[in-house]
Amino acid sequence: MHTISWHSVELTLDECIKCNICTSYCPVAEVTDLFAGPKYSGPQAQRFRENGQPHSPDHSVDYCSGCRVCNDVCPTGVRIAEINAKARAQMVAEHGIPLRNRLLGRNELLGKAGSFAPHLANLALHNPVSRVLAEKVVGIAREAPLPRWSTEGTFSAWMKRTRHRRLRSDKKVVYFHGCATQYYEPFIGQAAVMVLEQNGYEVLVPPQNCCGLPMLSNGEFDAAERYHRGNVARLAGFGLAGYPIVGTSTSCTLTLKEEAPELLDKEDPGSQALKQATWDIFEWLRELHAEGQLSTDFRPLSPDEERLVLPYHAPCQYRAHRIGKPALEILSLIPGLDLRESHARCCGIAGTYGYKAEKYPVAMDVGRELFDFVAAQSGAEITACDSETCRWQLEHGTHLPSRHPIEFLAAAYGRYDLERRRAVE
Amino acid sequence: MPTLETEILVIGGGATGAGVAWDAALRGFQVILVEKRDLTHGTTGRYHGLVHSGGRYVVKDPKSAAECIHENRILRRTHAHCIEDTGGFFVVTPEEAESDYPDRFQAACDEIGIPCTEIPVAEALRREPLLNPRISRVFEVPDASADSFLATHATVQAARMAGARILIYHQVEALLVDESNGQRRVQGAQVRDMVSGELVTIRADMTINAAGAWAGQIAALAGAEVRIIPGKGTMVAMNHRLVNTVINRCKMPSDGDIIVPIHTIVAIGTTDEKVADPENLRIEPWEVQLMLEEGEKLVPGISRARVLRAWAGVRPLYQENFTGQDSRDVTRSLALLDHPSRDGIQGFLTITGGKWTTFRMMAEKAVDRACQHLGVERPCRTADTPVPGAEQGHYWLGHRLHEIEEARLQGELVCECELVTRAMLEDAARNNPTVTLDDLRRDVRLGMGPCQGGFCTYRAVGILHELAAENRTAPVTPESPQEEIANSPWEVAYLQSPGRHVRTGSPQEVLESKVLGPASPVTDPRTPVSNPNLLLRDFLQERWKGVVPVLWGRQLKQERLDELIYLGVMNADHLPDEELASPLTDFYLFDTTPGETSPGTTPSGQEKEASA
Ligand SMILES: Cc1cc2nc3c(=O)[nH]c(=O)nc-3n(C[C@H](O)[C@H](O)[C@H](O)COP(=O)(O)OP(=O)(O)OC[C@H]3O[C@@H](n4cnc5c(N)ncnc54)[C@H](O)[C@@H]3O)c2cc1C
Ligand code: SF4
Ligand code: SF4
Repeated sequence: MHTISWHSVELTLDECIKCNICTSYCPVAEVTDLFAGPKYSGPQAQRFRENGQPHSPDHSVDYCSGCRVCNDVCPTGVRIAEINAKARAQMVAEHGIPLRNRLLGRNELLGKAGSFAPHLANLALHNPVSRVLAEKVVGIAREAPLPRWSTEGTFSAWMKRTRHRRLRSDKKVVYFHGCATQYYEPFIGQAAVMVLEQNGYEVLVPPQNCCGLPMLSNGEFDAAERYHRGNVARLAGFGLAGYPIVGTSTSCTLTLKEEAPELLDKEDPGSQALKQATWDIFEWLRELHAEGQLSTDFRPLSPDEERLVLPYHAPCQYRAHRIGKPALEILSLIPGLDLRESHARCCGIAGTYGYKAEKYPVAMDVGRELFDFVAAQSGAEITACDSETCRWQLEHGTHLPSRHPIEFLAAAYGRYDLERRRAVE
Repeated sequence: MPTLETEILVIGGGATGAGVAWDAALRGFQVILVEKRDLTHGTTGRYHGLVHSGGRYVVKDPKSAAECIHENRILRRTHAHCIEDTGGFFVVTPEEAESDYPDRFQAACDEIGIPCTEIPVAEALRREPLLNPRISRVFEVPDASADSFLATHATVQAARMAGARILIYHQVEALLVDESNGQRRVQGAQVRDMVSGELVTIRADMTINAAGAWAGQIAALAGAEVRIIPGKGTMVAMNHRLVNTVINRCKMPSDGDIIVPIHTIVAIGTTDEKVADPENLRIEPWEVQLMLEEGEKLVPGISRARVLRAWAGVRPLYQENFTGQDSRDVTRSLALLDHPSRDGIQGFLTITGGKWTTFRMMAEKAVDRACQHLGVERPCRTADTPVPGAEQGHYWLGHRLHEIEEARLQGELVCECELVTRAMLEDAARNNPTVTLDDLRRDVRLGMGPCQGGFCTYRAVGILHELAAENRTAPVTPESPQEEIANSPWEVAYLQSPGRHVRTGSPQEVLESKVLGPASPVTDPRTPVSNPNLLLRDFLQERWKGVVPVLWGRQLKQERLDELIYLGVMNADHLPDEELASPLTDFYLFDTTPGETSPGTTPSGQEKEASA
């Protein structure tokens, strides 16, 4: 049972002036009647589910995907998505959590487990029979874009393998890789290391664990708190020592910056230090650029004279950082890149939301806006997006490959192979 | 002029009058109740919301405390669905840390039989995390909160089921006093139908004055002097439930020392000021400020949370031969004035004083005495007769959210803040005589949430207009207004439950089910209240009245948006029919300049209300 304090996000319900702007923007409410919208489920319903009441009586709040579009547009600053997340957590506390959500929440554990025998794991997970079973037995949508385990080892294994080649420097930065980079997409981390080293920084990768977001969004607050405490113990010291902590996963960095402290009511100095030190990698690179320190030694990405058409979608969690679109700003420095900015609200997947069988159709309907946008960009053969699950969803919805902006940047430095997704050293 | 006959005439449609009508009807009397506006227009609709355990009065006024705990136990059965079982704390704040009051409090509770358990402070803070952590002791008592609108309506429904006739919007203008045989005798009253303007004579063997703070005015009509000590109390409502238990300060009763969670809000209250007129109450800035300051002592930080509105009511305090200055010192015990023995006026009783909590007991005492005078012996049955709806058990805060979810009614909301569906509103309008939107507010909580009518007023007006239009095509039954009102169904047991008001059937059936009952004056094209412009204007004015005293911060932001909607987009201050007025238009209008009264408007085709 999470109790209330004057800092709790629930109390932002007092700011609501009922204008309904959030409801008119919520991508989920637009495509399904199963969700009554941000105003209804957030500040409005919250008045009926106060502390100490016997139930959290509205289960439809579970249809909120957590995309935070509502927070973005609310003119008064109601933390709607967080109110919804807390309501879900109370539901979980009262009614327990389905095995499926427990699985999806254990991103890190699954990642680790699969990494022992990634070929086997991929085969086991990705054959049609097991996907049907997964849907029937645990409710994971059979069509949903599940990731594949890296068959070339984890990101930290790569760091270890290449340690003799890694740059040593007085200028140091801590890299938060997150579970997806660690187990499924180590090449994203490689690209990040290439970019940081290109700019003269030594990259530190101290031990770290899952940011806890998958558990937060599935309402398992107690478990999330354990993970968060782990990260505070391991990383806050770097923050206090003045090292920036940068991440390529927009949702992990958002969690360290504000979701975890806010949802878990964490006011402790460790959480605050970690919060202060954490950056999205492009946010940090933009700072570097503003100081004239960013290497702009770029080469064009397409070999011929043709411009490379690149639709770019800023994930909703990225927008929740409220830092503008730094990835777009930095990518625009690359010559020959024809960037097309998407204004779609959400790709639909919203973390683990779109994996759930009952929510998969909702997620695909939500994503339609983005898929249509990409389809309308003639000549586009690849897309860019900062968040892993959003990229998987984008690929699923558009049938085009999608890359993290850091991959394009590393490639523009000539230190990354965009096609084969690996560092060029 | 129509004339009605009855055995017992009850004046006043507050908790007490409703209780008297219910009690007398259950004992087999013919009963008519008259109320000058809607039920609970008086203090009953403006109280603090607390079902007293008696703890508050246990040291200072043990008689009243004993009445409270006795009735608290009964009401939990008879009016279960009108009550939320919040429980109550009496907490010792740092200001009283040295006082011996807490020990006296505990001893007095034991003495009177009020269950009172001291619990660890940590336990209290766990249950109420925003409570002042510096409190030193906490006692738990069986306080609760109650919806007096619903409770009074339910009591009246029970009275009607036992045969009573209820005439709302009927104002007593004179008592029929007979002075033949050298004896004064009240033989009923002359009342005015406030909707049609018509006068009605009601003849009765016994007239019971339950007009609360107005009881002195009524008694004067019979030539009896009853000096009510009207003690005004102001309450401040916060936007949501910052606490979920009734929080009392453990000290001698004073201003602003209770916070009551009731429905979606908490109310800090109250002040206690002697006033001259129970009808036109001004809320002074110092009162609001004092409530917030005192509230801080119980819940530090509360004054920075969003304030929703403020309202005031007048205690109908009565103490024979009271000479003190401070109305806090007047007993809260009930007062039954036996005018035959007290003033030599036969056929007339006044029942006043008391609390909302003790209304049933007050009714019992009054009707016992009426039986004596009428020479019959009929035992009181109210204590064992639950009113319709009580079988639902106590309500809980989340019940509307739960029911809306179960029946998937999210798309049906008219008032989004308080979760009022279209069908709830329509059924309330069909089943109750409805003269203004404010009547429906009391029935279903329309417009009582954060936006204070910002989004539901125009919707509700539209719906009523549509209903009335549909109804006009139905044949009009040429009944008198009294018949119409008295015959309306008054089905109120499930008024507050969205899940009980779900439209099923073919579109044609749904359309037909929407037609208003004969009772609603809204359907009568002759009355000004069927005018949507007037409905809109009145309701906005009524909501505005309670928001003005708290117009800062977030509520100011809200009102700016509401202002844009109604004044900017709808031009609501220049609607047609500006000259029209309902029986309540005068009451809603108010003037914020100190020391002046509002000009008011004159109802078309009826006399200006002579209340001031
Ligand atoms: C600020 C405040 C807070 C309170 N808080 C609590 C509390 O928390 N708990 C509690 O138990 N008690 C509380 N009380 C006390 C309680 O509210 C009252 O004792 C109770 O409501 C009185 O009910 P009543 O029916 O006697 O009077 P009223 O409710 O005032 O009813 C009298 C009715 O008579 C009608 N009337 C007047 N003149 C005429 C006429 N000429 N013709 C026809 N009808 C007429 C009026 O319109 C009115 O509706 C509070 C009182 C105040 C003032
Ligand atoms: S977080 Fe996204 S899905 Fe949830 S209410 Fe807000 S906009 Fe809608
Ligand atoms: S946008 Fe913000 S203020 Fe407007 S209804 Fe939604 S939560 Fe309330």
